[in-house]
Amino acid sequence: MAAIFQGVGAAAALSSLPSNSFDSKNILFSPRRSFSVRKAPSFVVVRSDGTMNLDLNPKGRRAQQFIANAVATKEDSSAASSSSKPGHELLLFEALREGLEEEMERDPRVCVMGEDVGHYGGSYKVTKGLATKFGDLRVLDTPIAENSFTGMGIGAAMTGLRPVVEGMNMGFLLLAFNQISNNCGMLHYTSGGQFTIPIVIRGPGGVGRQLGAEHSQRLESYFQSVPGIQMVACSTPYNAKGLMKAALRSENPVILFEHVLLYNLKERIPDEDYICNLEEAEMVRPGEHVTILTYSRMRYHVMQAAKTLVNKGYDPEVIDIRSLKPFDLYTIGNSVKKTHRVLIVEECMRTGGIGASLTAAITENFHDYLDAPIICLSSQDVPTPYAGRLEEWTVVQPAQIVTAVEQLCQ
Amino acid sequence: MSLSHHHLNTNILPTLSATIPTPFPLVFSAPIVSFLSFIFYSPLSLPSSPPIFSPFPSSLPTRKKMATAFSPSKFAAQPFPLNTTSQNNPLTIPTTASPFLGSTRKLIRLSSSSNLNIRRRSGTVVAVSDVVKENKSKSTLNLLITKEEGLELYEDMVLGRAFEDMCAQMYYRGKMFGFVHLYNGQEAISTGFIKLLKQQDSVVSTYRDHVHALSKGVSARAVMSELFGKTTGCCRGQGGSMHMFSREHNVLGGFAFIGEGIPVATGAAFTSKYKREVLKEADCDHVTLAFFGDGTCNNGQFFECLNMAALWKLPIVFVVENNLWAIGMSHLRATSDPQIYKKGPAFGMPGVHVNGMDVLKVREVAKEAIGRARRGEGPTLVECETYRFRGHSLADPDELRDPAEKAHYAARDPITALKKYLIENSLASEADLKAIDKKIDEVVEEAVEFADESPVPPRSQLLENVFADPKGFGIGPDGQYRCEDPKFTEGTAQV
Repeated sequence: MAAIFQGVGAAAALSSLPSNSFDSKNILFSPRRSFSVRKAPSFVVVRSDGTMNLDLNPKGRRAQQFIANAVATKEDSSAASSSSKPGHELLLFEALREGLEEEMERDPRVCVMGEDVGHYGGSYKVTKGLATKFGDLRVLDTPIAENSFTGMGIGAAMTGLRPVVEGMNMGFLLLAFNQISNNCGMLHYTSGGQFTIPIVIRGPGGVGRQLGAEHSQRLESYFQSVPGIQMVACSTPYNAKGLMKAALRSENPVILFEHVLLYNLKERIPDEDYICNLEEAEMVRPGEHVTILTYSRMRYHVMQAAKTLVNKGYDPEVIDIRSLKPFDLYTIGNSVKKTHRVLIVEECMRTGGIGASLTAAITENFHDYLDAPIICLSSQDVPTPYAGRLEEWTVVQPAQIVTAVEQLCQ
Repeated sequence: MSLSHHHLNTNILPTLSATIPTPFPLVFSAPIVSFLSFIFYSPLSLPSSPPIFSPFPSSLPTRKKMATAFSPSKFAAQPFPLNTTSQNNPLTIPTTASPFLGSTRKLIRLSSSSNLNIRRRSGTVVAVSDVVKENKSKSTLNLLITKEEGLELYEDMVLGRAFEDMCAQMYYRGKMFGFVHLYNGQEAISTGFIKLLKQQDSVVSTYRDHVHALSKGVSARAVMSELFGKTTGCCRGQGGSMHMFSREHNVLGGFAFIGEGIPVATGAAFTSKYKREVLKEADCDHVTLAFFGDGTCNNGQFFECLNMAALWKLPIVFVVENNLWAIGMSHLRATSDPQIYKKGPAFGMPGVHVNGMDVLKVREVAKEAIGRARRGEGPTLVECETYRFRGHSLADPDELRDPAEKAHYAARDPITALKKYLIENSLASEADLKAIDKKIDEVVEEAVEFADESPVPPRSQLLENVFADPKGFGIGPDGQYRCEDPKFTEGTAQV
């Protein structure tokens, strides 16, 4: 589903240097060491494998201006890209597909099951072409029975396959809650470690463009208590492919949260094989004044707010936590120890969301380092309304982020 | 050990071929035909009776008759009409035909009139072989089992019974706690089905899973230790009564919520098909058995999996252990159409009803169903009429069930019946069987001793096995993975 949507201009600014000069084996610097702050308002994206993307082209300076559109349309980024740069450009859903396809080629036990994943190519085209390539049994079109086909995926995982279960919309996986909580999370434990469940459950969630309340749910808050599962959220084509591959290679059950509005993000990603560590957070923008923790779509709202903040003289450190369960308390902790102020920006509802857990975790672990109470900006506790303006007010907007930072830094 | 299925009168074929919904290939090899004839329900023994599998039941004139046969009042006293003449000897092979083999001619020819009316209301399934053997005397009967098989079946059932009785004892002595669901009375189903499986075949069960695990080959010591919560249990004490798993014997659980295991079983069957077709392991013919009860048959997961299994022709057998009661809810009060086997054809698979108190009958049906699955012909729904002699669990006072009903089924104890069959057919002597009883008693006692002496899990076991890859616990504030801390699994670190 192609859509133009609001949010952030940061994605438009991403372009990469030859990233293959840093490969994970000879990292020149530890991924967890923080970088010296650059005074120039350009964005340094440091990846957990040590590769670094510097935004050096003129487009980056244009990013300083307030850009209304969230994500570059194809025309914008094509101006920046040139075939002489290594890596290749693609959209986020294509990155997911690439990751999935590569893993399916690599391991014949990887299979996909879900509604409309086969002949239709996936409702967001993540599995387009895979059924033709790998056959109807490896890319299985299931009937509309989430609980049962998720359970089927779990049974297949227990007996040797590595299935990917797609929820057409994350909200539909509420129907599979029984299987996810009771079986996916628990069977490794209740079987005394005899059976592993290397399943990946993925799907788009989050608030979209007037999709209505039921299609706009954030299931990460419901699943976070289930022991035995890992949850990750992707936000860029780079980490989407990396997390998809890492999830498929992991022996643990992993839930990969995608976002409906991020599927058309464009980025240049490396040609070579890479994964993103499932348990690590991503440093998006190092800073000194305040730590902003976020994930998924809100990353772009934060980056948009960051531009305004930078104009106003603040220096926010932005971390995309990526791993929703467990939290990467090392990256987060180091940041807290540096800035002493924390702002969490999330899309979950106020009550019981990821932000609530993160607030608790930071308070428990880094209380002494905090100069101010943690501010957590979340969506309103309301079923997402259909009306466009109401929906806008449901989720956190960049202006609120700017206000919160100003409040924190008083 | 072959039955004379192949002598079956072929004029049955055209009739039965109308029973299966047309999308399915009408390949009726003799075994399938005979298998399909294990159908219940004598009310359809009328000359013009349509076959029982009709996908359009509303057009059946006999439907009303079936409804009467199932009127609640009847069921209150006797859930299924009795075959009174064979009550004392349920394994006798009667000389009358199964009433609904389709053709009337067959029925009239084969039935002995004096028993006809009673046979009509028969609750027992009559083996096809019975039809053929009407002229033979008992002594020259082609027996259903050999001596070795008979003893194996007997031993397995006695193990199940003795083990469960010991569980009850241990529970009341405070050695095990929580919810413990015993299988007394239903042994014929576990033994009848599971003893036909290979090691690589999978079994998925519910919370009433001790005996399924034992039949599949999990040692009594491992199960008893698990029940005692000891670290030597099959699941290291982490699962308990309702979560019996064994990788070695392919017991995939053990599920506490009903219906939860059926999708898992469907997944295991999917893996078998995947291995054969995608991974090209051409000889992979592993079958999965899913056991569950009558209450589960009203649950969505049941229907969803019947659909998927039939759709993709998965090598699975859905075995319904219909013991008529879901804790205190009678099957008839919970189900609009209590004949569960009929739900199979609605999804495009055969539905069979069998007397679950008769291990030999169950075994015959199981052979066909498992054979079908192995050959890639798809799933089968088998409804076994059975009964649990004890309450739902050891905490259930079992006050709702009619004592007359309990007595009726107690008289059809599968172990007593098999014993009688073995002795009457000179397959084994009293001494042989007593020796087995004694051996099993020793096995069970030894299991208890072993479990008693086994250690309780240490604190360090608390967080082991939460993740297959313990990196899933994440990175701690010090930059190290939490699992690198040796004391982490004690749960003292913060997560």
